[in-house]
Amino acid sequence: MRTGIYLFIGILFGITMFKSEAASWFRIYEMFSFDSFHMYGIIGSALVIGAIVVKTIKHFKIKSFYGEAITFPNKEKGFSRYFFGGIIFGLGWALAGACPGPMFALLGAGFLPIGIVILAAVLGTFLYGVVRKKLPH
Amino acid sequence: MNWIYEPWPWYIAGPMIAFIMFLLIMVDKSFGMSSNLRTLCTMCGAGKKTDFFKFDWKAQKWNLIVATGTVIGGYIGANFLTSELAVAIDAKTISKLNTLGFASAGNAYLPKELFVITNSTGAFLNVKQVILLGIGGLLVGFGARYAGGCTSGHAISGLSNLQLPSLIAVIGFFMGGLLMVHLIFPMIF
Repeated sequence: MRTGIYLFIGILFGITMFKSEAASWFRIYEMFSFDSFHMYGIIGSALVIGAIVVKTIKHFKIKSFYGEAITFPNKEKGFSRYFFGGIIFGLGWALAGACPGPMFALLGAGFLPIGIVILAAVLGTFLYGVVRKKLPH
Repeated sequence: MNWIYEPWPWYIAGPMIAFIMFLLIMVDKSFGMSSNLRTLCTMCGAGKKTDFFKFDWKAQKWNLIVATGTVIGGYIGANFLTSELAVAIDAKTISKLNTLGFASAGNAYLPKELFVITNSTGAFLNVKQVILLGIGGLLVGFGARYAGGCTSGHAISGLSNLQLPSLIAVIGFFMGGLLMVHLIFPMIF
């Protein structure tokens, strides 16, 4: 049952990423060139509505579908990891033209060379795990 | 129902993403795709190499199922819900990309100059493109874990919860992206 729900959510997400063209390398380039409102509209409206959703859940102490209390853990405080990690991520996002969600959608859409990007992203994650203790966080 | 075959405008896609985040919250989970990359490392045995990957990956199975759904969703979107694959990017973007050598700008979903890595017979492999795709992926994977999240975890989930660290990360995302597109692209393309 729960597997079906997760799968359904994923399918909805994959369709949205593909159909909104957020999974298109061109849209990412266009965003970083400030030539279109499209990507800013997607991310901006998602987070404005998202913020209202989170605020509402917190305010009314809404329970989950399974009756559990919903908590929103705070991100660990810090600067370096977010700033430098963010820059490294952004460099890759613009070059590959895809962040982790759209990568999976593109694989399903049949753009097989994205497999190289996904494998490299797994490798990059592994490399981070190896050198983690030497990095400022 | 013809609108569904057209590219979805931002005011459909943005609320849909918020809805997806809402659904995940309501089933006691959270929205974050790059965690799956760490889970894949653990499944491949990376826990033997470093503690960072020593965790019970089965607790993250739900997220792998979401990712599997995302693959299926991409398949459905491309094969059943799209009549025109070309992305109608802005004319200014097209001319900038043409200058860089991307002739497929405005005529394709992904640039052929980067994502078509073999010729029609599959005999010739374009090594430069493979390397660029590999570097892109490497940076995404490394950066996402270093920053503790990607676009979904920081820009959507984190900013929705008004988290300062997520704002720092998103500013980083954009600085990196601008650096790549405006400074590095003219050097590599």
